[in-house]
Amino acid sequence: MPVLTDDVAGRADPRPAPGGTTAPRRRGWWTSRRRDQVAGLLFVTPQLVGTLLFVLLPLGLVVWYSLHEWNVLADTFDFVGTDNYRELVDDPKLPGVLRTTLFFSVGLVVFNLALALLLAVLLNQRLRGTVVFRTLFFSPVVVSLVAWTIVWGFLLQDNGGVNGVAGAVGLDGPNWLRGEWTALLSVIVVQVVKNVGLNMVLFLAALQGVPAELYEAARVEGASRWTQFRRITVPLISPTILLTSIITVVGALQVFAQIAVLTQGGPGTSTTVLVYYLYQQAFQFHQFGYGSTLSVLLFLIVLTLTIVQWRMRRKWVFHEQ
Amino acid sequence: MNNRLPLRARVAIYGLICLLAVPFVFPTWWMITSSFKPVGDIFAFPPSLIPTDLSFSAYRQVFELQPFARQYLNSAYIAAVVTVGTLAVSSLAGYAFARIRFRGQHALFLLVLVGLLIPSEVTIVPLFQMFNSVDLIDTHWPLILVPMLGAPSVLATFIMRQFFITLPTELEEAARVDGLGRLATFWRIALPLARPALGAVAIFTFLHSWNLYLEPIVFLSTPEKFTLPQALTQFVDAYGGPMWDVQLSAASMTALPVLVVFVIAQRQFIEGLAHTGLKG
Repeated sequence: MPVLTDDVAGRADPRPAPGGTTAPRRRGWWTSRRRDQVAGLLFVTPQLVGTLLFVLLPLGLVVWYSLHEWNVLADTFDFVGTDNYRELVDDPKLPGVLRTTLFFSVGLVVFNLALALLLAVLLNQRLRGTVVFRTLFFSPVVVSLVAWTIVWGFLLQDNGGVNGVAGAVGLDGPNWLRGEWTALLSVIVVQVVKNVGLNMVLFLAALQGVPAELYEAARVEGASRWTQFRRITVPLISPTILLTSIITVVGALQVFAQIAVLTQGGPGTSTTVLVYYLYQQAFQFHQFGYGSTLSVLLFLIVLTLTIVQWRMRRKWVFHEQ
Repeated sequence: MNNRLPLRARVAIYGLICLLAVPFVFPTWWMITSSFKPVGDIFAFPPSLIPTDLSFSAYRQVFELQPFARQYLNSAYIAAVVTVGTLAVSSLAGYAFARIRFRGQHALFLLVLVGLLIPSEVTIVPLFQMFNSVDLIDTHWPLILVPMLGAPSVLATFIMRQFFITLPTELEEAARVDGLGRLATFWRIALPLARPALGAVAIFTFLHSWNLYLEPIVFLSTPEKFTLPQALTQFVDAYGGPMWDVQLSAASMTALPVLVVFVIAQRQFIEGLAHTGLKG
């Protein structure tokens, strides 16, 4: 026993364990298999109860609510069948909201992954100081989200810092948060700069896992750097590309605080993505029934995208871990 | 060996990196320095990188306009409780799913994994209603219980399970032969080995709770109960326009402690996140 603990101490100091008394081996009915059955179930119980209570029950409820006309202020709760779903199809605002959600998500994912990969490749060069730059590029990840958004909201004012820089190089910057397209672009950029460090770090770890011999061999064969990147790097890190793209797509569909703070969905509905619209319907207009219908729609979109991406792994992921 | 790239390429790469770093570094730097500037200087261009006359009036106003100390405490204790709770819940469940063989294991694991597919925004309406029906609206309970036990902790459980699977089993088997029970094996052998994964889970759980915005604005209505992200947006003048200097001071106070911890422990931070379960 002491030998064993010493072994562990090689990596980490074992703390004295309360209740860690050695149990004598028991025989008979109380077999080790039975004990495992009980221990296993007890270990997973908190997580299981939590999942049932705070994930699956609400998911069931949201479907149930979506079949009701439910105005919290008027205190009405009437079963209306699929009326809310018909309203969904006829909602004149919804196509715009979905288009915004699409542009926002696609823009965010493409920009995020491309920048993350670029930064990772740049920092993967054998240069001095890359650890410092890695820290700098990662730092927005740990800056409080709303604080970050407030600062950018300030910089993007008509007379803010971004236009100051634009003016210094002779450009007349627009009022970023007041134009439809520039507002959407601003939210995307603010969000990408905030979070790209996470994907960058994942890409860096993947790049460092690519065997150097492959590049050596390619160089001997006379392959250009671009060919090496396309034919060696990208295929070998494709599992990471898949993982980061799933995380980023689902993350893009959840963006709320940035929009609430920067644009409140405006101007008009040009930055009203589905989550923000759902929040408005449920908690500003008190339409819990219709809000639930929008929640179901959001869930179906996330589910579909995850399944599609997972299926696609066979096509473009080079090898599976 | 040190540098294969020609000088010109190195200069070009440094230049590109420095240029790209501006939007990552400048906002934070500017937020902190501007919070000490008199209001009139905040909009000056070119911005002074270091405030010329220090002014603390914005900081004073932060505490005068809102119960900011109280709100700070709210955010801190909620994040701490959620982090410790998530570590407990997810390491126990992750260990059991990775190591203990019991009937129903696979079905239960799949059931838990469903949580990964459901963004918490989807369930916000029923969660509001559920907490409303037990009179826990405008309390901190939803902000503690849901992240600790619901969808966010499912991701943590998944990461812990992936990590425990990669650990060699010999140590634990030896401990079991020596008569250690499951709980003791978990606590004395497996958990100390899982420190890197626990660190990564702790970091992203803390940040998640610290940044939570939708949930607080849905569940809380009394300023004394607000958390920081929610409080930051409340510094507005009589016309609803933001009081920039006050917002920047409050934002600096929200961001700085985490940033300082990050800079001190950046290697563990970044490599922990990159090399544990997040890698898939």
